[in-house]
Amino acid sequence: MDSILAGLRQAIALVLQRDPLVIDITLRTLLVSGSATAISLAFGLPAGTLLALKRFPGRRLLLSAVNAGMGLPPVVVGLFIALMLWRSGPLGFLRIIYTPAAMIAAQVVIASPIIAGFSAAGIQQLDPRLRLQLLGLGATGWQVVLALWWEARLSLLAATIAGFGGAISEVGASMMVGGNIAGQTRVLTTATVLATSRGDFDLAMALGLLLLLLSFTITAAMTWLQQGAVRR
Amino acid sequence: MSEPRLSLRGVRVRLGGALALDVPALDVLSGELLAVIGPNGAGKSTLLQVMAGLTAPTEGKLLFRQSEVRPGDVAYRRRLALVLQSPVLLDLSVSSNISLGLRMRGMRGHQAGDRAHLWAERLGVAHLMERRARSLSGGEAQRVSLARALALEPELLLLDEPFAALDAPTRSALLDDLRRLLRAAGTTTVVVTHDQDEALALGDRLAVLLDGRLRQVDTPERVFGSPADEEVAAFVGVEMALPGRVIAVEQGVARIAAGRETLSVPAEAEVGEEVLVCLRPEDVTLMPVEAYHGPSSARNRCRGRITRVASRGRLYHVSVDCGFALVAAVTPQALGELGLAEGNEVVAAFKATAARVIRRG
Repeated sequence: MDSILAGLRQAIALVLQRDPLVIDITLRTLLVSGSATAISLAFGLPAGTLLALKRFPGRRLLLSAVNAGMGLPPVVVGLFIALMLWRSGPLGFLRIIYTPAAMIAAQVVIASPIIAGFSAAGIQQLDPRLRLQLLGLGATGWQVVLALWWEARLSLLAATIAGFGGAISEVGASMMVGGNIAGQTRVLTTATVLATSRGDFDLAMALGLLLLLLSFTITAAMTWLQQGAVRR
Repeated sequence: MSEPRLSLRGVRVRLGGALALDVPALDVLSGELLAVIGPNGAGKSTLLQVMAGLTAPTEGKLLFRQSEVRPGDVAYRRRLALVLQSPVLLDLSVSSNISLGLRMRGMRGHQAGDRAHLWAERLGVAHLMERRARSLSGGEAQRVSLARALALEPELLLLDEPFAALDAPTRSALLDDLRRLLRAAGTTTVVVTHDQDEALALGDRLAVLLDGRLRQVDTPERVFGSPADEEVAAFVGVEMALPGRVIAVEQGVARIAAGRETLSVPAEAEVGEEVLVCLRPEDVTLMPVEAYHGPSSARNRCRGRITRVASRGRLYHVSVDCGFALVAAVTPQALGELGLAEGNEVVAAFKATAARVIRRG
């Protein structure tokens, strides 16, 4: 117990000292998961909107696939992306395996279905007559979509929070396609795994603490935004 | 006669193989208020959605000011405005909601704001402009919804059961305001309703829709006075609707000039107002001409000639031309005793309390 408390003290010290190594890992984590969330939003929001509004053959199947994708095991995603990006793989020519780009790709595969699924559910929950009323006031297709996004903004922010949470917390895929290379592809999760396996618990706790802090701060900021949206 | 604003020609809508709407021909005339009446499930909303360009007819075509409307055409939708039964407002301020359609059409901020304010005032919701739309009561929200549509100053206004979700006092206040506004603005309007009083209060003409089929389009007094077929008759009921004008109001009783006669009916109305006096044939009694000046509790007595005697089940319906057609339901015995036959002169009478007045502004 004492060693845990001592380790915690050590960890806080590491965070407060702004250890360059820790800062480097933190910034990379933010960059990778932030970009992955942004790209997933660009895929997931339109996909979710289409699934919610359009009726086309195969829609149910696609919606089931998206819902199943919301719980994709990161190691399976890692394996799939690794196979694609492997030097002899179909996308091998891109030469991005073991780079942050490969990690972003893996996290996009993880976060996109989460964002698409939550967006679709949020938009489907809206009053179906809303769309009819907007069209009846002369709205174009885009104006309808923007108004629906506004009405579903709470769900859409929740979708983004969940997508970011999925991206920043996964470790398996990042490890497999990033390789956990120091100074290049090491992020908070993979660094925590490594530090723990080496028995360097002070560092592991420091990294874990940072990961928690980061994900709490960002989620809290988005929640604050979301609840502000309720009040207005 | 004004020209048609919107015309439907051979319009049919099939939903899952079943014929949901069948309108061989229907014209909405410029500046008129057309009330579409029919029971629930008669296809009224489908008709309105076809008119709004939101449902493409399976067969037939739509002409707006004589040119054909393409389904899904935004430019067409921007010439009209639709108001649904329960108000669907966005989670914004009342003012942003009212100016929504204007802003979607690209109108600038202050211009849209001014127009929104004007219509908010006309609908009595100007004091709510800064409130959030979600915090409004049902009646207030429907007024905002109407202001939002009217602010567009549409060439055609489509109202889908606009009062159905409101309680009685709220509904009658809004009905009065809306009728006044639409008459003043001369807005070409189609209002769909299952409520006959609403249809009579608003409609210059009525269109009767039963089982998806358009059965009759005519003035209220003709739809009620001579229904096209038995089903229309059964739906509109046996009431007569006599058009008249209020010439005086004393102690809650309106004196109404109708045809050659002056009728007395208890009503809240204003002098000069156009009204419909609604009456059931069961409440009309027939008397020999000598009784015209005799004492009676029937305040309303009209002399006229019998134009028609028709059998209706166990009773007879006797039509009397009093400058308007008054129909009395009589038993076969009365028919014989009074010698009621076509061409004979007779006095038709009804109590002031038997009639009800619908204001038409």
